[in-house]
Amino acid sequence: MPVALVLVAVALGSVLFHVLSPWWFTPIASNWQYIDGTIIVTFWITGIAFTAVVLFMAYCILRFRHQDGRRAAYEPESKRLEWWLGAITAVGVAAMLAPGLAVWGQFVTVPSGASEFEAVGQQWQWSFRLPGPGGRLGTSDARFISAENPLGLNPGDPNGRDNVLIVADDLHLPVGRPVKALLRSVDVVHNFYVPEFRAKMDLMPGLVSYFWFTPTRIGTFEILCAGFCGVGHPQMRGNIVIEPEADYRAWLQKQQSFAQSSPQGQASNAR
Amino acid sequence: MSIAAAFFAVLAATVAWWLSRQRLMSKPWLEEGPPVDLPGAGASSPSAARLGLWMFLAVVGSLFSLLLSAYSMGLGTHGMGGAAVQPLPVPKILWFNTGVLALSSAALEWARLSARRGALDGMRLGLLAAAVSAFAFLQGQLLAWQQLRAVGYFLATDQASAFFYLVTGVHGLHVLGGLTAMAGAVARMRRGAGLEQMRLSVGLCATYWHFLLVVWLLFFSMLLLS
Amino acid sequence: MADASVGGMDAAPIGGAHDAELYHPRSWVTKYVFSQDAKVIAIQYSVTALTIGLVALVLSWLMRLQLAFPGCFDFITAESYYQYITMHGMSMVVYVLTALFLGGFGNYLIPLMVGARDMVFPYANMLSYWIYLLAVIVLAATFFVPGGPTGAGWTLYPPQAIMSGTPGRDWGIVLMLVSLMLFIAGFTMGGLNYVVTVLQGRARGMTLMRLPLTVWGILTATVMALLAFPALFVGAVMMLFDRLLGTSFFMPAIVEAGTHLRHGGGSPILWQHLFWFFGHPEVYIVALPAFGIVSDLISTHARKNIFGYRMMVWAIVVIGALSFAVWGHHMYVSGMNPTFGFFFATTTLIIAVPTAIKVYNWVLTLWRGDIHLTVPMLFALGFIVTFVNGGLTGLFLGNVVVDVPLSGTMFVVAHFHMVMGVAPILVVFGGIYHWYPKVTGRMTNDVLGKLHFWVTFLGAYAIFFPMHYLGLMGVPRRYYELGEMAFVPPSAATLNVFITVAALVVGVAQLVFVFNLVWSLFRGTPAGGNPWRATTLEWQTPQTPPAHGNWGGSLPVVYRWAYDYSVPGADQDFLPQNQPPAARTVPA
Repeated sequence: MPVALVLVAVALGSVLFHVLSPWWFTPIASNWQYIDGTIIVTFWITGIAFTAVVLFMAYCILRFRHQDGRRAAYEPESKRLEWWLGAITAVGVAAMLAPGLAVWGQFVTVPSGASEFEAVGQQWQWSFRLPGPGGRLGTSDARFISAENPLGLNPGDPNGRDNVLIVADDLHLPVGRPVKALLRSVDVVHNFYVPEFRAKMDLMPGLVSYFWFTPTRIGTFEILCAGFCGVGHPQMRGNIVIEPEADYRAWLQKQQSFAQSSPQGQASNAR
Repeated sequence: MSIAAAFFAVLAATVAWWLSRQRLMSKPWLEEGPPVDLPGAGASSPSAARLGLWMFLAVVGSLFSLLLSAYSMGLGTHGMGGAAVQPLPVPKILWFNTGVLALSSAALEWARLSARRGALDGMRLGLLAAAVSAFAFLQGQLLAWQQLRAVGYFLATDQASAFFYLVTGVHGLHVLGGLTAMAGAVARMRRGAGLEQMRLSVGLCATYWHFLLVVWLLFFSMLLLS
Repeated sequence: MADASVGGMDAAPIGGAHDAELYHPRSWVTKYVFSQDAKVIAIQYSVTALTIGLVALVLSWLMRLQLAFPGCFDFITAESYYQYITMHGMSMVVYVLTALFLGGFGNYLIPLMVGARDMVFPYANMLSYWIYLLAVIVLAATFFVPGGPTGAGWTLYPPQAIMSGTPGRDWGIVLMLVSLMLFIAGFTMGGLNYVVTVLQGRARGMTLMRLPLTVWGILTATVMALLAFPALFVGAVMMLFDRLLGTSFFMPAIVEAGTHLRHGGGSPILWQHLFWFFGHPEVYIVALPAFGIVSDLISTHARKNIFGYRMMVWAIVVIGALSFAVWGHHMYVSGMNPTFGFFFATTTLIIAVPTAIKVYNWVLTLWRGDIHLTVPMLFALGFIVTFVNGGLTGLFLGNVVVDVPLSGTMFVVAHFHMVMGVAPILVVFGGIYHWYPKVTGRMTNDVLGKLHFWVTFLGAYAIFFPMHYLGLMGVPRRYYELGEMAFVPPSAATLNVFITVAALVVGVAQLVFVFNLVWSLFRGTPAGGNPWRATTLEWQTPQTPPAHGNWGGSLPVVYRWAYDYSVPGADQDFLPQNQPPAARTVPA
């Protein structure tokens, strides 16, 4: 009896905790509400499965607990029951997988109109690069990095000279426009994570990874590093300011380009 | 990953084939009664040792297939804007080494066949030839290392040379391990182990040698194709 | 009961298992220290693993103290915090759980359950333990070397693992890699033994489909471990080369604090592929023996055959095979080709089906059973609850797009602790309480056992269930201190304190367990040979504890499967596997 009651308490307590506790998603600020939707579908299906299994166990313990003279039923298997349960499970799994894969399809397909920005991670700070009037990001490599060229832009690439560099400062982005984040690390693995945007992706040294999102809410959001990167990992923070287009333009005007900030950028300018 | 994928596919197929012969569809609760299909015997029986070796080869095969997969993946990736990986100049002596290793394998096979026929002299000769040629192979690999160093390819020079030293080193250690096992078998023979015991030992050595030859041929062909 | 084919079987020729030559210990040292007896080796493995487990438990306390009361403990610096999480994780996964299930339970149970006198290669089996012990010593030594143990996280991701921003970069990481290589070498020796013993050392009549599920679980897990560990071995060798010999297998061009390192051209993602090619099967290497053991516990203590034995066997094999095709789900946000996500999400969620079928069969075994709520049974029930919970949250993380917001958060920590921490550990405890009478000849104390169970089960659930919600909120893992985060409400700190208190309580409860084991060794009630009235062979040995050689004069002959409980018409509610069929009295 007490064992069965505790199991019931565990099942119902878990459900109550889920419903009543104050801990839940932080309010979303991007287009990825589909991800939240998939999570909620998953919560329903898994929640039902969990409660059903635990309550059934509790019932069995209550009903079939040993008493003098009781003897267990002899029942090696029931193919029908097993296949049915397997089929129901498969349907439940498909009901989670199908929306998951559909949303993943969107996640990996960057809309053609997306503007680009680059986030560069290093132990333990964030820097950013935006295309200039030319609209393209120049190539880069960790080998080009120096005091004058902190993000390692290729001095020989004319596309890079008008790029706007934001070293260890806040990034601004316009609200409501899809953006593609290109991610690059100059030392170890980092991860670009803004909880309100839901999306995240590693910065893998040696290659450029990407993801996209559309900021939907004006405000300042914190960028965390979600890939362990050494002792300074928790301190690796940045800010991303989502603002109306006009404010964004005004901010962008005030930033310095590679050519303006570095003799190397001028060198490529002269070429 | 294609090499590892192929290796694991073959393993999975082997396991599936073996399981398909184990009556996994039978209903054991209906089969009360004395034994039907009989498992083999205990430790000293040949089949246990042979099975043990095959399992070990699966483990070592997994090791080499992953190493070679890492090799092909490692050569494929390089930093954006960086120079593409230069292929390694293949030392000519590797052709000789390949021949010697094949010879070693053939000699052991001959020893195995001789042991089966009961021709002890032939078996001894085969073992001796196999050991000598295996040592020659190892010596040849060391020479190849020297030649590469002479033309400026050191362990840390680039990906291609690092993988070359790593794979040849690991492979060479396995050859050395095989030679140790073979020495153990010869010592047992000196102490007067029976013919049955020798047949088993020589057979195991031969299997292991063929396996190492296959691994080497695989790596060597990857080297030539890169 | 139909027994159509029995006549045919009687007629089958009986040859087979001749008595293997047994090694005989000549002195106290070869009997109890450098022993080649699998039962002694099992105890050596178990005691070593449990000891390391206690150390890892204390490390988890320190981590929890830091998370609940940041800044209150001067000795917990950021460096030491990361060293604690790394050593806790690696010890628990590899040196505790793998060693306990395969080296401990595997060694003790395989020869006894299949009806063998010992493992087929006893000498290699002995070496296996001593190399394992050496690996543990090297691991423990990192606490005492300059710079301390590595703080790279248990996944040891390069380049960070071998760069100076990570603690233990000088000695810690080198010794960690060496220790792992030793472990793998030692395990391979043991593992070959377990597999060959199951395949070649079975008693007459022990067909594969008569094996207890414990053996099936351990066998499959061992095969998987033998094939998966080489991936870690290859990775460890390559990282050692990178760290010590200046190669760049995992090292692209890197600028560390303004200085260009001498590396270049390597691929850090290659390590992740190798690591998870080992790492994911590793989850099932721990889970499958637990599945097997828990099946036998439930069946024995519910006095009912395991429901759907054939399906259980097939599910173990299918899960084992599939688990080699899912490693990419640890790398959804690693920057690998995003189209792989479709493949790995599908394979990962497919595994849920055979796993769910196993769960159904466990609870259906309870249905219409004769449930004895013994201590092992309680642990088995606790396993089902925590495993179902942790398995279901795996459906979140395996479903690629759901993993995007949750990866790298406390949700992941909660998930894997529930499913491969708490659940298998509950099985370990259940297994120890179950087989302790066979190992020592005495019963453990029931009251202490129940106390241990309730505090551990409810406490562990209270630790890890709420932790999911921290992750859902977005709290990242591997943060020495959260500091100010706009999206984290102050109540989260209260939750962290609650979790820490629960962790301390659960930790203390383990002392009850240790005390019970030691106390019962001397004061436990004598158990007799088969206190649980179980069918499997280990309970039918002529002596308890089983003597060297297990079976006395003659090897057992097996006449039936492992689950003849409550067979209609039989006198007792169990028929041991080696009990010959009675004169056919039972035309059911």
